[in-house]
Amino acid sequence: MFYLIQLLNAVQYGLLLFLLASGLTLIFGIMGVINLAHGSFYMVGAYLAYWLAKLTGSLWLAIPIGIVIAFAIGLLLETAIFSRLYKRDHLYQVLLTFGLILIFEELRSILFGDEVHGVAIPALLDYSIPLTDTLSYPVYRLFVTAVCLGVAGLLYFVIHKTRIGMMIRAGTSNREMAASLGVNIPLLFALVFAVGMALAAFAGTIAAPISSVFPGMGNQILIICFVVVVIGGIGSINGAMIASLAIGCADTIGKVIAAEYSAIAVYLVMALILLWRPQGIANKA
Amino acid sequence: MIPISLPRTALLAALLAIVLFPLIGATFYVQLGAKIMIMAIFALSLDLLVGHTGLVSLGQAAYFGVAAYVLALISPQYEAANLWLTLPAAMAVAAVAALIIGFLVVRTAGVYFIMVTLAFAQMLYSVFHDTKLGGGSDGIYIYVRPELNIAGFKPLDLENPMQFYYFVLILLAVVYAFLNRVLHAPFGRALAGIRLNEQRMRSIGFPVFSYKLGAFVLAGALAGLAGYLAACQFGFVNPDILAWQQSGVVLMMVILGGMGRLHGAVLGAFSYVLLQEVFSAPALLGAYAKHWQLVMGSLIVMIVLVFPHGIGGFLDIVLRRISYRPPSSARTDGT
Repeated sequence: MFYLIQLLNAVQYGLLLFLLASGLTLIFGIMGVINLAHGSFYMVGAYLAYWLAKLTGSLWLAIPIGIVIAFAIGLLLETAIFSRLYKRDHLYQVLLTFGLILIFEELRSILFGDEVHGVAIPALLDYSIPLTDTLSYPVYRLFVTAVCLGVAGLLYFVIHKTRIGMMIRAGTSNREMAASLGVNIPLLFALVFAVGMALAAFAGTIAAPISSVFPGMGNQILIICFVVVVIGGIGSINGAMIASLAIGCADTIGKVIAAEYSAIAVYLVMALILLWRPQGIANKA
Repeated sequence: MIPISLPRTALLAALLAIVLFPLIGATFYVQLGAKIMIMAIFALSLDLLVGHTGLVSLGQAAYFGVAAYVLALISPQYEAANLWLTLPAAMAVAAVAALIIGFLVVRTAGVYFIMVTLAFAQMLYSVFHDTKLGGGSDGIYIYVRPELNIAGFKPLDLENPMQFYYFVLILLAVVYAFLNRVLHAPFGRALAGIRLNEQRMRSIGFPVFSYKLGAFVLAGALAGLAGYLAACQFGFVNPDILAWQQSGVVLMMVILGGMGRLHGAVLGAFSYVLLQEVFSAPALLGAYAKHWQLVMGSLIVMIVLVFPHGIGGFLDIVLRRISYRPPSSARTDGT
């Protein structure tokens, strides 16, 4: 039973990572932009959940409103800043998005202060399933797992089965060719960017009751997402899925065996993958 | 007669000011000057990778921090450590860390390289943050600065702010001259070749992997030198010294000064630390001074969008405009 709980935790964490990493890998794969501020949107989502839940009194209202706000901010950022970065060197993308992180962190500090805040689990899901006499599993975590799976499925469907997905795949493999065949590239870019931001913020909102909201939460998860993208291969949604679950497992196993070293376990997995396949598991060298 | 040009005069004046500054400056500013020069050494180490080899590392703070921790861990608690032993040891450990990590990361390129260097730096951060090795998140104090002892003779007392300033200044000059030499040597020319066209260098027969790894290790050792000096100055190390924000800041310095030119890295370190001091001065921004990163972040965004070649590149253009003389004027006068 103990191991079942750990497995459930691993899957839940892995799927949450997938929500973030899929946006990151798509934005890189299609626009060629490395976005360090991706983690900041996770934080934005979590703080929106905290703020809106307090304002409206319900997390159920906070989640959709939060997603809409994050989508709008994403669209705004894309048109104002990121659209000027597509042709620039990665170096400047790193620098600019590093500047954005500083801005987001300070705005967070000005608006919400530097304390850790908790977000209440909605009453409907605020109970645990007893597994044995001493162990139980919170329903909210199961809910997060199910929602993430749903979103992942939806993402898979959109990318592989719809017209817009076809355009996204075309954009990833050859931007110029897709543009010359009539795909509205600026619009597609803006859309993908905003969706990526909304996904990251969504991950933040639903994770908020589990992890609580705290300063620097976005940066911590951003680097783990980079590990996921490196392992999975840039631009690959399927790779991101496999890598997210692998990292979720590595992190959980690490925590069970030697808690102090669990963070290191994740990077060791990455080191091994780099030796074996520097281009990521889903991409051919 | 030595031709007098504006850039050369400005450079000489700046050098003179740096050398004479501790004689007139208040202790606080002498210490700030030493901090700037330490960051300049750090920025120089990164410029070797970013500006000269074309490797954008976002994990340079790892080697800076590892060397700082080495000093903290091997210093005796209440007496001074021997600089001749601890400095090479700290740089060697930083170099070995760079060798191991470099062996893995140098096989990747472009955006992968950025993410992987960041990730490995974060791994070292977790080592110091999560385990008891370096005192966890509390860090370690270094109560006594190392001493410069040559068979009983002490040419410089590092506890004295002015003498520490000169010690750092000498090291900065040595590192600058060394890198200048390296970059003009065949090794440095090969790195430039790799930056411009890696495929071609490989097809000519250069062992590109070894050259890049060599640059990575050298940069790691020099970052270690800066980290050692920083630990000396602050008397304190904690995991924040190798946090990724630190790597971001040093990258910012390199670009701010204009990468690919050694004086740019120095200029960048100088500008960044001064800007930070100005933005975080309560006298200027009042209650918002503690949110100085908001101003800094906005400035970074503006610089990337408006000055693509950094302050150094901007100054170059300005200087060229000022010292520009129409070359044909003499000839038209004569005829």
